[in-house]
Amino acid sequence: MIYLQLFLSYLKIGFFGFGGGYAMISLIQNEIVTRHAWLSSSQLADIVAVSQMTPGPIAVNCATYVGYSVTGTVLGSILATFAVCLPPLTIMMSIVLFYNKVRNNKAMKGAISWMKPVMCGMIGAAALSFANPETFVDFKSFGIFIACTAALFCKVDSMLLIALSALAGILLY
Amino acid sequence: MKLILELFFSFFKIGAFTFGAGYAMIPMIEKEVVEKKKWFEREDFYDRFTLAQSAPGPFSLNTAVFVGHKVKGLPGALAAVLGAVLPSFLIILLIAVYLGGYKDNPTVASAFKGIRPAVVALIAVPFLKMLWRLGWWARIAALAVAAAVCCLGVSPIYLLLAAAVIGVIVAMYGK
Repeated sequence: MIYLQLFLSYLKIGFFGFGGGYAMISLIQNEIVTRHAWLSSSQLADIVAVSQMTPGPIAVNCATYVGYSVTGTVLGSILATFAVCLPPLTIMMSIVLFYNKVRNNKAMKGAISWMKPVMCGMIGAAALSFANPETFVDFKSFGIFIACTAALFCKVDSMLLIALSALAGILLY
Repeated sequence: MKLILELFFSFFKIGAFTFGAGYAMIPMIEKEVVEKKKWFEREDFYDRFTLAQSAPGPFSLNTAVFVGHKVKGLPGALAAVLGAVLPSFLIILLIAVYLGGYKDNPTVASAFKGIRPAVVALIAVPFLKMLWRLGWWARIAALAVAAAVCCLGVSPIYLLLAAAVIGVIVAMYGK
């Protein structure tokens, strides 16, 4: 029952999706690529690239795309997208309802401050997991990586960079 | 009903015209919610946004929930989330269905060969910036987490849970 499995996997990805879209990629990698082998790492990298280039939050774009790619059906998309909406609708909703109690809660603040390095590490793991031989096929791909890294530190727009790298890919390969 | 539709269309617009991770959307959401619709005072908005960042799930949807709830309760939150999700869902579905056979097209395949290293950079740079803002021990912890998750296949879920438990214990009984 792949639909149920996909839904449960995406619930996990959503409810532990602390630290935003990029941190969630390491959870997707862990659940969808490593554990269930529904997608390959380079397929996921392509999905992330398309999610970055299209409007809307990356996490939602990824969910819709992963849901479709895993099952090949619109139902898969709907299930994964719905699963990623549930944490905001339950946990965030409870935070809003108990706003005054939660706002200065010492235990919650303590937990979040200790989780921060983990969230940061999750983003690092996502970057590392895409830095595999399928990505770095030769010195040209290293060149693209270094150029993009430098450009991003100089605050060049990320959409523009993806478009330029696509062009570079077409010209070089 | 009018407010519910307004919420839906406001977040639909935000979803349809902003790109990137949640952070990139904040100025756009602020402009719509604080300046244009005047649903929030600026300070109040950022106060709640800080909490939205600590909650799991996409930031933009967490923001949709607290804005929607403030304006029109639970139905408002539902309308805002639906509005924020729908553009992504429709656009990606269109792409997924029609780009499905892209592997057969040599031009598209070459384009993705160029894009993949760019994606690594796109994730590595925010990671490095975030790492830079942490203290020394936290930096070492973050690097250890990255190595454990990527190289040893440890699930980040266990690490998050462990950190949360330690954080609560330290906050309650520390010092």
